Amino acid sequence: MTRLATGGRIDRTRPLRFSFDGRDYTGFAGDTLASALLANGVHLVGRSFKYHRPRGILSAGVEEPNALVEIDRGVGRREPNARATMVPLVEGLVARSQNRWPSLRFDLAALAGLGSAVLGAGFYYKTFLGPGRDAWHKRWEPLIRRMAGLGRAPEAADPDRYGNRYAHAEVLVVGAGPAGIAAALEAAAAGGRVILCDEQAEFGGSLLAEPRAWPQLAADMAALSANPAVTLLPRTTAFSYGLQNFVALAQVLEQPNDLRERLWQVRAQRVVLATGALERPIPFSGNDRPGVMLADAARHYAQRWGVLPGRNVAAVVAHDTGYAATFALQDAGAVIAAVLEMREAAPAALLAEAARRGVRVLANHGVVGTRGGLRISGLLAAPRGADGAPDAARATPIACDLLLMAGGWTPSVHLFSQARGMLRWDAALDAFLPGEAREAVTCVGACAGEGLAPGLPVTQMAAGSARAPKAFIDQQNDVTTRDIALAVREGFRSIEHVKRYTTNGMATDQGKTSNMLGLALVAGELGRSVPEVGLTTFRAPYTPTSFGAFAGRHRGLQFDPVRAAPLHDWAVQQGAVFEPVGQWQRARYFPHAGEEMRAAVDRECLAVRESVGIFDASTLGKIEVVGPDAALFLERCYVNAWQKLGIGRCRYGLLLREDGFIYDDGVVGRLAADRFHVTTTTGGAARVLHMLEDYRQTEFPELHVWLTSTTEHWGVIALQGPRARDVLAPLVAGLDWADFPHMAVAECRVAGIAARLFRVSFSGELGFEVNVPASQAPAVWQALMQAGAAHGITPYGTEAMHVLRAEKGFIIVGQETDGTVTPDDAGLTWLVGKAKPDFIGKRSLTRPEMLRADRRQLVGLRPHDGRNLPDEGAQLIATATSREAEGHVTSAYRSASLGHPIALGLLAGGRARLGDTVFATSLNGAPMALEVVAPCFLDPKGDRLRG
Amino acid sequence: MLMIDCPWCGARAELEFRHCGEAHLLRPADPATLSDAQWADYLAFRDNARGWARERWRHVHGCGRFFNALRHTQTDRFAATYKPGQAWPEPPA
Ligand SMILES: [Zn+2]
Repeated sequence: MTRLATGGRIDRTRPLRFSFDGRDYTGFAGDTLASALLANGVHLVGRSFKYHRPRGILSAGVEEPNALVEIDRGVGRREPNARATMVPLVEGLVARSQNRWPSLRFDLAALAGLGSAVLGAGFYYKTFLGPGRDAWHKRWEPLIRRMAGLGRAPEAADPDRYGNRYAHAEVLVVGAGPAGIAAALEAAAAGGRVILCDEQAEFGGSLLAEPRAWPQLAADMAALSANPAVTLLPRTTAFSYGLQNFVALAQVLEQPNDLRERLWQVRAQRVVLATGALERPIPFSGNDRPGVMLADAARHYAQRWGVLPGRNVAAVVAHDTGYAATFALQDAGAVIAAVLEMREAAPAALLAEAARRGVRVLANHGVVGTRGGLRISGLLAAPRGADGAPDAARATPIACDLLLMAGGWTPSVHLFSQARGMLRWDAALDAFLPGEAREAVTCVGACAGEGLAPGLPVTQMAAGSARAPKAFIDQQNDVTTRDIALAVREGFRSIEHVKRYTTNGMATDQGKTSNMLGLALVAGELGRSVPEVGLTTFRAPYTPTSFGAFAGRHRGLQFDPVRAAPLHDWAVQQGAVFEPVGQWQRARYFPHAGEEMRAAVDRECLAVRESVGIFDASTLGKIEVVGPDAALFLERCYVNAWQKLGIGRCRYGLLLREDGFIYDDGVVGRLAADRFHVTTTTGGAARVLHMLEDYRQTEFPELHVWLTSTTEHWGVIALQGPRARDVLAPLVAGLDWADFPHMAVAECRVAGIAARLFRVSFSGELGFEVNVPASQAPAVWQALMQAGAAHGITPYGTEAMHVLRAEKGFIIVGQETDGTVTPDDAGLTWLVGKAKPDFIGKRSLTRPEMLRADRRQLVGLRPHDGRNLPDEGAQLIATATSREAEGHVTSAYRSASLGHPIALGLLAGGRARLGDTVFATSLNGAPMALEVVAPCFLDPKGDRLRG
Repeated sequence: MLMIDCPWCGARAELEFRHCGEAHLLRPADPATLSDAQWADYLAFRDNARGWARERWRHVHGCGRFFNALRHTQTDRFAATYKPGQAWPEPPA
């Protein structure tokens, strides 16, 4: 055991059992998984992404690139790529290592050295694009797919709940280290709402490794938590900083099986960033071996968690803070083998303290390489040569079981940069710092460079490492110093290109420990300075954020709600088969027991043609247009002439966009001089209202007219067929049947309910549409069903509706039209009010392109073989071997009434080609011969609907 | 997510609004008198400004009103929102 007998913030009275790779261990309350593993002497925790190299715990925090584990809390709760350093230990925790095969200690891919032979910089690009393309598919891809990868995605649906909250604050403080806590206290004293969040389970940041600071920390936190205006959010990561101080926080909750995570969307008057700084690793051969650790992380393990991660400790330092870490481990009981000072000399005071402690310091030394299998057992130290590389010829072996790296500090400016703040290079601190801000934001503490001292500049620290083998800079993506040098040699200059070519900084840690080293190496290879090379862009999220947090409650029906028409429940009871139409679920057909779709649709169609069918048309969009200028408004919008439409009469309205193409259609009824009942397509209701509102408010504001959506108000029951009137008439009161021709509308009562009754037909038969308040629709439907029983009344669905209208050649906007179809293309010129000086889109209709004779026009298509259907969407070609599309099939159905298949299509110059033969392409066979016919297949004179 | 100042309702979250293209494009009173080129200019050509742009927005999930805004297309800053028919404000220096 490497747990110290005393010290740390763990609770030794509360042991917690956990397992890692099937073995049982014990830790304490207050541990992270990483500290508990180290306390049990476990350093080997994973295999690397590409090369399957053994990897240990590098850090103690959010930047951890290596210790990625799978946390298994049962079915649907398996979480891959959890950073062991950020997982609080709980009783019964089950964790597993990743990327090992067959086992963590014995990995065949690593043994074979497969990775390093083939997976250097740019491997994917070279292999995939070059002559090796075949080899990629046959050889490399299957191999790499098994070898590489990061964790396993969970297979079962996530059973947990996720929450969402909006919050407003005068001050949001991100990061609860000393600077953040001070800022929160100050903001709280000034009054106003304060939110303080920190990604760790415990507040304190760097203070958690400073036992002397703990009493004051406890007092400060007690003061903050006692203040009702202060909200404290532990385990909460500010991962996205948007405009106007809109910050998104992902909170992991203590009761993961109840509410697992919560997304906070915070709008703050002022944001204080106290996000600290991250220690830089040092590039040298074998710096990825388990037991090589960031120096300050080791200090945290000793002082915060009472864990000694090694007994025989060496350190390689480029910054003064490496000494504090080394001395802390010595105080905790470790033997210090040596300190390799990369600088020419350390400050005198530190050297004096080292001498007093008996710590050997080797000035101007670096690491030639490390030794050991699954954990470091020693290193080779050597003086640095003129190029910065340690001189292998003068190397001395030093035994150790822990090697600390103190490479200096990189301020965490991620969020500041996300908020479009400018970064400036501070040459003295050798770091990018927050510069000019674009938001109301203040950076405090180490992220602003406060309290940081200069160390060895990163370019000098990295000097000479580009030729060292297996010197890793991005441990998660297995990018080495040589990969960076290779990319530069191959001509990559921009840091953005080097990043993508080598994948440096593109792993789940987003380069928190690797970006600065990558920059320094590129700078060194190009002979330029770090700020000249530039910096890659910081983007949200700061750390990986679960899909669950983003989705929140918006799952299933809450994500994709279902709109149900008033007769929906009745249709469900009848065993209807439904289809989605936008968000609506509409009954497609009503099969009898054992009946296939085709038979059901044929039966429903024949019933409408021979007796009567009943159909739920409630999803039609409806807009009430009211006001003294209502007719004038419609006159300016729709192509039709409205002013002379009589009260109690309807017209089929067509709406264009200004570009002259069909936008929507629907029957419009005039109920009074100043009141119109406008219907739209089911899918067009919202956008048509938006468009009409636009013209009403901004183009014609002088018109006195109001628009109200009444889609949900009216239930609409269509009765269609030669027996329709026989069914309806006995139930109707207050209607003058003598003045109710085709295309009439009247207010009356149907089955005792106040109704708007339309005589309209979308089937070509005598037809009515009964509009009643949606809540009354089921009762009226029942009454009509009873009245129709003697006539064989038949409910029909959307499929039969489509067949019936296609037999008549009626278009469906969005099926026969696609945003490039004019009224003339659709054969609807007769609707256009000739005398009207203007309407939306009119001017476009006289553009030369719109007048061409070879525009694609609506035609009927009749298969020569009389049996098979062309595919909807199939291209129309002039001969069976033609390669030139002259149009396409828009609709195709079997027609029981006609006894042969029918189709509609758009065909170049189609109206002049009636009687010609064209062909429809087929995905799996020869093109199909079709006769071009008029679009209306049945009752072209319209005698039936006037019956 | 932006906060947008509806001239009628006040500041509301961006998700209540819909962007509706360039502002101050007046539909010609008599399109029939326009040449094809003039009509095409009205129909299709937009400033697509880099910098301050005058735009139409609609508080579609609120009061439903259209209004105009002066927004910077690079920084997303709103300098002003104003009602239709009002003169546009000068962009900030
Ligand atoms: Zn509003």
